[in-house]
Amino acid sequence: MECKIKIEKGKHLELLTLMNRIRLFEQIAEELFLHGEVPGFLHSSIGQEASAVGVCAAIGIDDYMATTHRGHGHVVAKGGDVNRMMAELYGKVTGYCRGKGGSMHISCRELGILGANGIVAGGIPITTGAALSAKMRGTDQVAVSFFGDGASDEGAFHESLNIASIYKLPVLFVCENNHYAESNPQAKHQNIKDVAVRAKAYNIDSVIADGTDIMDVYQKTLTAVEQLRKGNGPILMENKCYRWSGHYVGDPAVYRPKDEPLEWKTNRDPIKLYAGFLMENKIADSKELEAITEQETKRIWDAVEFARNSDDPDLTVAMEDVYA
Amino acid sequence: MPRSMTYRDALREALREELIRDERIFLLGEDIEDPFGGTYKVTQGLTEEFGHDRVRNTPISEIAITGVALGAAMTGMRPVAELMYVDFAGCAMDQIMNQIAKMRYMSGGQVEAPLVIRTQQGTGRSSAAQHAQSLEAMFAHIPGLKVAMPVTPYDAKGMLKAAIRDPDPVIFLEHKLLYNTTGEVPEEDYVVPLGVADVKRVGTDVTIVATSRMVLHALDAAEILAKDGISVEVVDPRSIVPLDQETIFDSLRKTHRLMVVHEAVERNGWGAELCALVMDHCFDELDAPVKRIASKNTPVPFAPVLENFVVPSVEEIVAGVKDLLV
Repeated sequence: MECKIKIEKGKHLELLTLMNRIRLFEQIAEELFLHGEVPGFLHSSIGQEASAVGVCAAIGIDDYMATTHRGHGHVVAKGGDVNRMMAELYGKVTGYCRGKGGSMHISCRELGILGANGIVAGGIPITTGAALSAKMRGTDQVAVSFFGDGASDEGAFHESLNIASIYKLPVLFVCENNHYAESNPQAKHQNIKDVAVRAKAYNIDSVIADGTDIMDVYQKTLTAVEQLRKGNGPILMENKCYRWSGHYVGDPAVYRPKDEPLEWKTNRDPIKLYAGFLMENKIADSKELEAITEQETKRIWDAVEFARNSDDPDLTVAMEDVYA
Repeated sequence: MPRSMTYRDALREALREELIRDERIFLLGEDIEDPFGGTYKVTQGLTEEFGHDRVRNTPISEIAITGVALGAAMTGMRPVAELMYVDFAGCAMDQIMNQIAKMRYMSGGQVEAPLVIRTQQGTGRSSAAQHAQSLEAMFAHIPGLKVAMPVTPYDAKGMLKAAIRDPDPVIFLEHKLLYNTTGEVPEEDYVVPLGVADVKRVGTDVTIVATSRMVLHALDAAEILAKDGISVEVVDPRSIVPLDQETIFDSLRKTHRLMVVHEAVERNGWGAELCALVMDHCFDELDAPVKRIASKNTPVPFAPVLENFVVPSVEEIVAGVKDLLV
């Protein structure tokens, strides 16, 4: 891990805090889901925290972001309130979408979160439209679209890159290549190793980052966003990472080699890597790091209590926001 | 002063006036820029006046057209997207049914999606199975989409303005055979609200509820039937979502006989929905079973004789009304 730019200690600790928050949110939500307390499906982003936090740290609150079914991490990284997120997972009226969206549809207008999405690649054209809107309104906002390697096989991905290229839109397409499209390994769903090569077909720039290395992701995103704000057109970023769990919580992931997850967990844990970097460089000591984990554990359990104690939506809520 | 103008010109005038009125409005679609001006020439001349930013050609990418429109609508713009043929909505259906229709609801009311998808449908030009369908029922089935189907130039202009000013997504279905038809259109600004039916002809014996181009067929049939002393009332719902049920029911309460005519295939068509609504609300008013006249349950054939055969004709409507009165 290497940091070529000046980053204040406070910023480092903030990034590590967010990564911990994501990890703990996912771990605790998973536990509650397996106990039957959280309905629906859950898709855990454990292992991909460096990509979420590294990218979102490089954009502002006014910038737009859209994500996927595996979107909890991105929402947290963009500033999402874990109380309202957890309440949404529980289907409670205090959730971001008043219990009408659930895990796969969390959105937050004030934070520029255009929404998680239940359809693979469904959010990519929408983000592209937000970038067009920013450009037409003459703001310097950018739009970030998260998706996976599987989504890069969808027409929506290709149509979006093409139209963003011809319109020179300020959109950062972030492919989190976790090497699996649901159960299908990358080698079986696309005949390429780097999704980034697909940028060439649309004559746009691309950048590949180590998606387990937050410093790499953060610095590369800063550079990319600077380009976007200059009006140089869209960029395809590929963050190579690994989904520690199965496709959904409860998926035993029998389609993976047995030692593969262990290898990533042992040697490529984004949080462990970053914590090690902070300690090696004497930016923080183990006590400070432990305090962060402790504080975030409490924060997530508080969110669980908030969700548990929140009301179910009144049945009239089902008929609200229906205009046609 | 009202002027006579074509359906096409009325639509263009609505777009032009709205582009002037609100700078958040922009048009996007395939081949809509000048000098081509759109496959059916509705947008001709608008690029020259408003520039390529606000009247914007897209690649042949229906997912991008609809998805980009949605993203722009969620973030402060008011896009009017054009799908060249309604059939091409097939390529964009994820964005239309899973994203556009549901965004407001899924977000718990946080966002609106003020966008219009203009497209055209229908038979009459031997466009065959992939360029001539009438798909209004498919859209109307999905909660979250408004569905407009204007037949006259007056309605086309006023309803397009209403659709553009609406805070929610509207599927605006023009008909390819109507573009050259003419009618009176006022010079001053006006809006025809969605969800307000129009009684296109007053009558006392039978109510025909018809949509889009079939309104013209129904009016022709009414003229023929009048010569036999049969008085037909023709009700045009103008939009099927929202639907002005009361105007239809009021007419039925007067005539006690109902026919529904549409160009979409009969099976699971919008007419079936109307039949069910009448059963629920006005069963006792019926002196005869409701009659449906719609296209035969086939893909649209190419040969003119076959196309004519599957689509409802004026003669079929005349015969159907006579059946209702037996």
